[in-house]
Amino acid sequence: MSFPWAKHYEPKSGFTKWIDQRLPLPRLVYGAVGAGYPVPRNLNYFWNFGVLAGAALAIQIVTGIVLAMHYAANGGVAFDSVEHIMRDVNGGWFLRYAHANGASMFFVVVYIHIFRGLFYGSYKAPREMIWLLGVTIFLLMMATAFMGYVLPWGQMSFWGAQVITGFFSAIPVVGETIRIWLLGGYAPDDAALNRFFSLHYLLPFVIAGVIILHIWALHIPGSNNPTGVDVKGEQDTVPFHPYYTAKDGFGLGVFLFIFAALLFFAPNSLGHPDNYIPANALQTPAHIVPEWYFWPFYAILRSFTADFLFIPAKLLGVLAMFGSILILFFLPWLDSSPVRSSNYRPLYRIFFCVLVVDVLVLGWVGGSEISPFKVALGQITAAYYFAHFLIILPIVSRAERPQPLPNSITEAVLAKKGGTSPAHTALSGSPVPAE
Amino acid sequence: MVRAIAILIGAGIVACLAWALFGTVSGAITDPAPPTAVEEFHRHPKDVELASNGLLGTYNERQLQRGLQVYKEVCSNCHSLKHVAFRDLTQLGYSAGQVKKFAADWAVKAKQFDPKSGDTTERPNTPADYFPAVYYPGTGNPPDLSLITKARHEGPAYVYSLLTGYQDQPAALLKHFPDAKVPDGLYYNPYFANLNLAMPPPLTQDGQVTYLDGTKSTVDQNAKDVAAFLTWAAEPNLPARHGYGLAVLGFLLLFCVLSYGAYQNIWRDIKH
Repeated sequence: MSFPWAKHYEPKSGFTKWIDQRLPLPRLVYGAVGAGYPVPRNLNYFWNFGVLAGAALAIQIVTGIVLAMHYAANGGVAFDSVEHIMRDVNGGWFLRYAHANGASMFFVVVYIHIFRGLFYGSYKAPREMIWLLGVTIFLLMMATAFMGYVLPWGQMSFWGAQVITGFFSAIPVVGETIRIWLLGGYAPDDAALNRFFSLHYLLPFVIAGVIILHIWALHIPGSNNPTGVDVKGEQDTVPFHPYYTAKDGFGLGVFLFIFAALLFFAPNSLGHPDNYIPANALQTPAHIVPEWYFWPFYAILRSFTADFLFIPAKLLGVLAMFGSILILFFLPWLDSSPVRSSNYRPLYRIFFCVLVVDVLVLGWVGGSEISPFKVALGQITAAYYFAHFLIILPIVSRAERPQPLPNSITEAVLAKKGGTSPAHTALSGSPVPAE
Repeated sequence: MVRAIAILIGAGIVACLAWALFGTVSGAITDPAPPTAVEEFHRHPKDVELASNGLLGTYNERQLQRGLQVYKEVCSNCHSLKHVAFRDLTQLGYSAGQVKKFAADWAVKAKQFDPKSGDTTERPNTPADYFPAVYYPGTGNPPDLSLITKARHEGPAYVYSLLTGYQDQPAALLKHFPDAKVPDGLYYNPYFANLNLAMPPPLTQDGQVTYLDGTKSTVDQNAKDVAAFLTWAAEPNLPARHGYGLAVLGFLLLFCVLSYGAYQNIWRDIKH
């Protein structure tokens, strides 16, 4: 694996030796998330969110599998079967609220995970592949979440499906044919509901597979860290277990506390009331809005209000909305600065903060009803979003003069904690915990 | 090369959005959208004090029983409650025997199909039955009320406000919007999304429902009680959810404290 000083798995009992010679799965786990994976010692709490995202996916899969035992994917009874789960299935309300709010929690931690990567330059060489796989996971999550939201077959489910599949009709010439093919009809109906259910059950396992690749790719260079400086030696790292398993255990507790507060005390606060009205193809809701985690992208879509160079506004909006995610794939090559961590990039740091505010404003605009002020605000913030990645980042990464980097992780830690010299660190010997 | 192409594409997108922004701003200046009657006269629901409000809310059994009575005597003439079963009424503090009698006495009978003759016959409802469907011949389309408090923003307050909010169309409205006169057969209510609804005022006078528990029956009290009842109908598990929630949060708090202690203990010799 990554570093020469990584500890190796040594089976102790006869049984574990027997297993190890036949199927070295314990060895794999030991090297992946056990004591055999050396991790920089200076990771802050933002590095908890990868594990939290994994936990969120596990919660979604477990609750989802049980929900699927009681749910019926048929336009005539889907809505009622969800109410059956809420009222008549033992603990059904808990499962459904956990699954619906679990999706929101999953997106919260993934968004923090993504912005962590943006701030600390985790997408840069040699970690490009981790980033590309991560963006792929994000796209799969969005598709899964969208199809899951259709399943309760309420008004927002139906009209959300109508709007989202409508994107494909913006494609010139063949768009309408593609839309009908995707839906299996002229409007969302049983065919669409059934295929969405099937794919909604399939995609989480695809996500789990890509996560395995994501972690595999991570273990080649090892984890990034808040200084962005490469690991220089054994004194810079601690074994993942027990150091980061303990820290992640605490992080998981805080995550579950916030999750439970939402689930038990405000389970409908992030949903839209219209989705408690059964789907009705003859009655369009006054305002169709997606779930909150799609709001920034919805705002980008709605910002393209005028045809430009003979391209219809609708097509521009759809292209821009997909483009806003696809440009993330090019990020490692748009940012040419050799410095990873924004702690040492005074200029980029400012633009990063502007981007965070920008995306929050885009989200607010995307979730609100349309008014000229909100549309104008959406257009300005959408323009900044693209300008940030496509114009500002390439220029800033060239023009900026980074601040001096610490020589090593250990030196940075000791400078911060007021230690004397690296020779006297507690870790100078072996990083094995005192037991 | 990648960066040069990116800057070009970025400039194109920004130009496109600047053009759209120009259209938005000039449109707002030269052709501002006139205010609509709904924007000016639609009102936010009034606050209503219910036991189920708040993070630790629960249900007041006597109020739910009164609300059931209002639903039975007034609302159920037009509105169904199809996700609620008669057996669920034991949660309102009724005994199994009372529920059995309540179900059997329910005016709309359960439909029964006889496969031998092809006839549909009727039989009294049992506790296992759900509240039967209601067929309404008049104008409008009375929605099922099982989920109404979850299907509207601030549902309980909305139900209460709508039931007590009927009034004559304000003169100021007609002065500013002469075309917005209430259409024939509809009724003005500022809490309804488009101000005019087909439902005639269902609660018109105090004492319309005679409460069995002696509570003074006013329109305001009727509206409040039925809002409470419909909140229960939409979310019967609310008290259990709040109870479990407290226990779970307590457990997780302890888990956080212990896991933080373990984390600090394991890291005690490591500067980070």
